[in-house]
Amino acid sequence: MRIKQLLIGITASVIAISSYVEIAVADLKFPMLVYRTGAYAPNGIPNADGFVDYYKMINARDGGIGGEKILHPECETGYKTQVGVECYEKNKKDAMVFQPMSTGITYQLIPKATADGVTVYSTGYGRTSAANGKVFKWIFNAPVTYWDGASIAVRHILKNNLGNIKGKKIALVYHNSAYGKEPIRTLQTLSKKHGFKLMLLPVDHPGQEQKATWLKIRKARPDNVLMWGWGVMNQVAVKSAASIKFPMDKFIGIWWSGSENDVLPAGQGAHGYKSLTFNAPGDSYQVHKDIKKYVHDKGEASGDGSHFGTVLYNRGLFQAMVQVEAAVVAQKIHGTSKITPAMYRDGMEAVNLSAKRMEELGFKDFAPPFKNTCENHGGSGLAAVQQWDAKAKKWNMITEYMYGDSDVVQKLIAEDSSKYAAEQKIAERCN
Amino acid sequence: MLYKETGQYKSTYKSDHAIFPLIQDKIAFSTLMFIAFLIIPFVINSYWEKAILVPFLIFSLAAIGLNILTGYCGQVSLGTGGFMAVGAFSTYKIMTYFPDLNIMIIILISGLITAAVGILFGLPSLRIKGFYLAVATLASQFFLVWLFNKVPWFYNYSDTGQITVSERLMFGVPVTGATAPPYATYLFCLILVVLLGFAAKNLIRSKMGRSWMAIRDMDIAAEIIGVPPLKTKLSAFAISSFYIGVAGALYFAVFLGAIEVTESFDIMTISFPVLFMIIIGGLGSMLGSFLGAAFIVTLPIGLKFIMVDLVGLSAVTAKHFEITIWGLLMIIFLIVEPHGLARLWSIAKEKLRRWPFPY
Repeated sequence: MRIKQLLIGITASVIAISSYVEIAVADLKFPMLVYRTGAYAPNGIPNADGFVDYYKMINARDGGIGGEKILHPECETGYKTQVGVECYEKNKKDAMVFQPMSTGITYQLIPKATADGVTVYSTGYGRTSAANGKVFKWIFNAPVTYWDGASIAVRHILKNNLGNIKGKKIALVYHNSAYGKEPIRTLQTLSKKHGFKLMLLPVDHPGQEQKATWLKIRKARPDNVLMWGWGVMNQVAVKSAASIKFPMDKFIGIWWSGSENDVLPAGQGAHGYKSLTFNAPGDSYQVHKDIKKYVHDKGEASGDGSHFGTVLYNRGLFQAMVQVEAAVVAQKIHGTSKITPAMYRDGMEAVNLSAKRMEELGFKDFAPPFKNTCENHGGSGLAAVQQWDAKAKKWNMITEYMYGDSDVVQKLIAEDSSKYAAEQKIAERCN
Repeated sequence: MLYKETGQYKSTYKSDHAIFPLIQDKIAFSTLMFIAFLIIPFVINSYWEKAILVPFLIFSLAAIGLNILTGYCGQVSLGTGGFMAVGAFSTYKIMTYFPDLNIMIIILISGLITAAVGILFGLPSLRIKGFYLAVATLASQFFLVWLFNKVPWFYNYSDTGQITVSERLMFGVPVTGATAPPYATYLFCLILVVLLGFAAKNLIRSKMGRSWMAIRDMDIAAEIIGVPPLKTKLSAFAISSFYIGVAGALYFAVFLGAIEVTESFDIMTISFPVLFMIIIGGLGSMLGSFLGAAFIVTLPIGLKFIMVDLVGLSAVTAKHFEITIWGLLMIIFLIVEPHGLARLWSIAKEKLRRWPFPY
């Protein structure tokens, strides 16, 4: 009896394994490293939904990219580096581009992907100095970097203080990880330049525990608070700031700390909270209409479809759009629809998203135009400030898109990337 | 019948003391070594290397280390992540100070540094035991991780607090860095694991190992018959930390290549999983350390493979199932087989001995 059961079991599993076939090579593979579980899931889910919906829409509306269907296998990382490595190794064969959605995993993949010849696109996160295409051939972080972000936030504060912030106190509340530490050096340089005092307040993973941080803020009374947070840390910070009655319009988050999930839990208390952004909120763009028509109305929305038009969902659309556009450009350059990972990189480097091209893609006025070049993988460096309206429950753009302090940022990028090039013995390209 | 020891006579003390006294065990072990050293290196690809084999070897080493302390000497420790971080950061600092030093030597020195730190944090074990010691070692976990994040000297003042390995060669082949071929990193870890594994096995059979077990079984009785608790407990802490430190060094230099201390050496990513490894594998068993490491490293990957690639569930549903199954298995294991996988193996051997005539 036992043996019979065992035999049935073995036969069944053999059939199951043999029916597992490798995906067809002709399609274009855009593997996704997502986190729909864990402490960062509140932000990971809407972003991943944006990606999936956009890919599905392209497949349904245009029949893929130049006739090649997009494959987007998901791999759940839970924001863990070790799992991210496993996901990368599993999917790297014939993969066009990886979007790790985690600065930790990005750092992990930079040397690996460079050795394997796979493009990594870390949209507005990851290693800032990867903006220097001369050193980082396979890594892209357009349209804007953390160092741009830090200087744009300071520029906004400067403007609100009539250009003089000498002696003012600015606190940085940051996720105590590579991600959160990114802006520190820029802010230190800027604090010397503008004469403000910088207060550094780390928050440990996952970010639930911030009592001590906000107690310090209450005592020291900084004039402005900047935040580099992600996941549950954002919600807790906004709530804590509201509960100590910190003036919310003096509290500015990076673009990863400015989604609906982050402010809704604080209710009316979050009114006036600001964050940077490099894409517009809302669901009235052409691309949203197409997604509604080709994906949502057919009942094929990713997840439960409830994040449609939110900040991070829209950012997912933007990221997916750039990745798809890179494939389109690569197909044009190489004159074939069946592009290889190396051809894809050429496409990514030649991406030119002008206002006109964005309109064609259904992204009119959605984000500032940018283009990649051999030297510059960091995009335009433009970001705007948006403000939360707790009564209407929506984000409003309150400034134009603006540049950071490029003197400071470019110098730091050059320093850091040349240090990396020396460590890894990389010869500069594009000469 | 298959696994009988009848007829295998021992005529010398030496053969009676052999690690594998039975011919069947010898054959099985040699086959395993043959496959590990002469077949796997030729067929390994980067997925098997990075996702399964190298983490398995590294966590086996960490599990051996913790098993020495917890399984053999009876001192519960939750500080594994912190000690692995010591190994990793020692490797990084030595690598940057002595760029020409051989990587094998660097890793062994890192083990020694971790051993010294282990002795320091083992001192409270002379006064407290059981749960209280577990809490004290938990403090070492948090303290060490905090230290490596707080003091910029440890990460050479890099902006992000990340430490990154540079390329190091072994016989002309890179074993660290992104260009290291899969077989090289695998063999590098394998050699260390086999050598250190044999050393641990023999240590356990020596006077030192016996005094560890005496302390574990009843420390007061052990002291009365002349086992010095100070020396014994601290030696267990030192040797255990040496193994864990080497594991941490490999985890950083060979496996991940770039590490951020708060994320990579977190209590949930290292300390608890390694403790589960020795509990599931079998406390006080060398084989158990390996079985436990294999189980914990491959279970999530195996479950993911079955659920996502074979059954076709979405990645997130599979993850939720995985978390549930994980918890369930843990409870079932503790109820059904509290002595772990190693005990299952000895039951299997017993059955094989009697097969095909069960009674």
